[in-house]
Amino acid sequence: MPFACIFVSDFSVQALLRAEPHLRMQPFAVLEDKAPLQKVFAMNEYARSAGVNCGMSKLQAETCPALILRERSLERETSAHAALIECAQSFSPQVEDTAPDTVILDLAGMESLLGPLHKIARDVVRGASELGLEACVAVAHNPDTAVLAARGFSGVTVIPEGKEEEQLGSLPLEVLFADKNDEESIQFCETFQRWGIRYLRDLTALPDVALSERLGEHGIFLQKLARGKTFRTLVPVESPLNFEEVFELEHALVLLEPLAFLLNGMLEQLCARLSAHALAIQELRLELELQNGWNDEVWIDHVHPGRAQIREHFHRTIRLPNPMLDSKTFLKLLQLDLKAHPPGAPISKIRLTAEPAHPRPAQNGLFLPPSPEPEKLELTLARIAAIVGEDKVGSLQILDTHRPEGFRMQRFGIDDSGKPSTNGNSHGKRNPDDLVTALRILRPPLGITVMMREGRPVQIHCKKNRAIKGDILWATGPWRSSGDWWEQDGWVRDEWDIAIQQESGIAFYRLVHDLLSGRWQLEGSYD
Amino acid sequence: MLSTSIFSSLTTNPPLVTAPSSHPRKISAEALLNRFSPNVVPASRLEVRPTPELVSSGIEQVDAITGGFPRGCMTEVCGPNSSGRTSLLLAALLAATRRAEVCGLVDVSDAFDPASAAPAGMDFQKLLWVRCGENPKFSSSKKQDSTSSKASCDIDTKKNADRIEQALRVTDLLVQSGGFGLVAIDLADVPLKMARRIPLASWFRFQRAVEYTPTVLLLTTPGPCTQSCAALLLKMHSQAAGKKPRSPLSAPELPSHAEFLEGFHVNSEILRSHLQRKPAKSVAAPFTTKAVRAG
Repeated sequence: MPFACIFVSDFSVQALLRAEPHLRMQPFAVLEDKAPLQKVFAMNEYARSAGVNCGMSKLQAETCPALILRERSLERETSAHAALIECAQSFSPQVEDTAPDTVILDLAGMESLLGPLHKIARDVVRGASELGLEACVAVAHNPDTAVLAARGFSGVTVIPEGKEEEQLGSLPLEVLFADKNDEESIQFCETFQRWGIRYLRDLTALPDVALSERLGEHGIFLQKLARGKTFRTLVPVESPLNFEEVFELEHALVLLEPLAFLLNGMLEQLCARLSAHALAIQELRLELELQNGWNDEVWIDHVHPGRAQIREHFHRTIRLPNPMLDSKTFLKLLQLDLKAHPPGAPISKIRLTAEPAHPRPAQNGLFLPPSPEPEKLELTLARIAAIVGEDKVGSLQILDTHRPEGFRMQRFGIDDSGKPSTNGNSHGKRNPDDLVTALRILRPPLGITVMMREGRPVQIHCKKNRAIKGDILWATGPWRSSGDWWEQDGWVRDEWDIAIQQESGIAFYRLVHDLLSGRWQLEGSYD
Repeated sequence: MLSTSIFSSLTTNPPLVTAPSSHPRKISAEALLNRFSPNVVPASRLEVRPTPELVSSGIEQVDAITGGFPRGCMTEVCGPNSSGRTSLLLAALLAATRRAEVCGLVDVSDAFDPASAAPAGMDFQKLLWVRCGENPKFSSSKKQDSTSSKASCDIDTKKNADRIEQALRVTDLLVQSGGFGLVAIDLADVPLKMARRIPLASWFRFQRAVEYTPTVLLLTTPGPCTQSCAALLLKMHSQAAGKKPRSPLSAPELPSHAEFLEGFHVNSEILRSHLQRKPAKSVAAPFTTKAVRAG
């Protein structure tokens, strides 16, 4: 049964470089601990070649030219590790979470699906690279050998069955203790080094009985490891589907443009991870941690000197009517949303969470009428909302009331079910062939002065619109309507349909008399 | 050498200025053109723009004189107040939603009445309603004290200008987005002077954006504004609204309340059509609408 091991070297460095891929080719080091005791925790090859070592202080490291320093981020490492697990799960359902930088896959039965072992290993490397992680992959017929080979050899390694001892022999002894920091392992390592054991082939050459007498069972176990003769079963991981990307900034962001640059990278990672699970995004949540103080040195809490400065959180949620997976569309929606609702303070941390959903399959028919594409429509609606306001664009929902303006605006979405909506037909049965005399509503209604004679309006005058004045040529009504008398905002009104003379001809209006307030208003014109 | 050979060819093969039935001559002329100027397309093979598909306006009488509203073209409906423009707009929206098409309504004056559309059976899920108006984040107009009439006129002019600008930007977004069966722009309440100030380049841009798409672009205006950009221009007037009283004392020929409820008579007339030859005599299509109160 073949097993593959994915190992990400300098994991802390790679976790940070996921969001800043343009810094890969430069010396890069990660600092741990708090100032002034910060020390180099990890570095990439370029920094190592420039003379940077683990344990160096920050001051010492800064003497290295062109070295880029970043603080270690546990959250970024967590999301990088989650991405690594997802990459592995896209190749095999049985995945073991061995270490933060190491994952083992069970490839039993995968050759008939995915191809030969070499191809699978190369595909895994490519998959990890798409998630921003440069990984080494090794395939062997037992998990421990695969781990040793992945940690010892770079690139892709495939160890045929029976050749484990031969292939592992050239690896240095330190590879056996790479992930072990306990005292016993350190002692074993020192003992082997005193004996002059430098490579695994030297360890495998030692006699079993003599080794057992000196180092006991653990010594024999280490020898078996070096020979590639151990075997164990994998402990598969069942990770919850948590799609989240976090980015903590060293210096707070003030402008939205660099924020958009960071969001783009985070969205691409999220979409790649979701795509690996054949899922799409139904809801996108953005959480920004804001900094109230503009200058960390100035903002000192004199009452409680040890307390950290107060930070606020800024939340925005984008809910989509149809699940989507286009990072460019999401970026544009976030940009438009942040432009309409800016955070109002510098940003020190970004958290982007996606709620997954199964993508809705769209079956396009030959004879179906045209409809807008969902991704384009969302962008268009967001742009229109930025122009006219969020509450001024959408579709209508008629409310179950006789109150004037008895409707509300709701989010516009295209229903692909093909079923006709009954929203508009709720007000009775009318012959569909009858044409309707449309009313144009005046929003807000025009206040007017009305002269009455024998209980009927005969003359009107409007201060705001000089064209609406003069004798009422014809009037019909009143039609009384009322409602909600049991509520605080009850209404009672009389409606008249009137005709008045204007320059362009005779115009028909709806005149309303509010019986509660006594005001006369022009509600609309018939057109 | 080249010109000599051309002339010699022309003398042996007479040029194509004779009757179209001279087929062999046409072939030889085309072969000559292909030989010496391969990039020149003969007039006989110029691409003919296909006739746009016509869809129902929702009113049979209007369909009878126009054939319907053309897809991929702009249609303008103009007329004064109470002339029936909005009734035609409403009928067009109803017809489009019945065809299960997604419609967009750019309501410049925020005058759409859902209570008029609902009893007729409009599917509001298919109607995107954009209500232009005051958006504090968009408009730069400051609130002024409207004690003087001149100041209030200035404020109204500024408000209308803001609404028109919003409407043009929104229309641009809708036609560029594509997929809409009908995009309607309701400029009916905008003063004619301001509607005519909208640059022709805007209308031309919208017309080009919907060309070769299935979108019907419908415009309601107080008077003709788009000039030659509209493929179809209709003028509306109501039979009652058009008649002025002879004298202030004589009763005008206005409908009684029963007639108004059940018979608001409207006339529509084609002023211009790029789709078919305009009849020599003006053709009017009268139709009747019913108020919602009539049931």
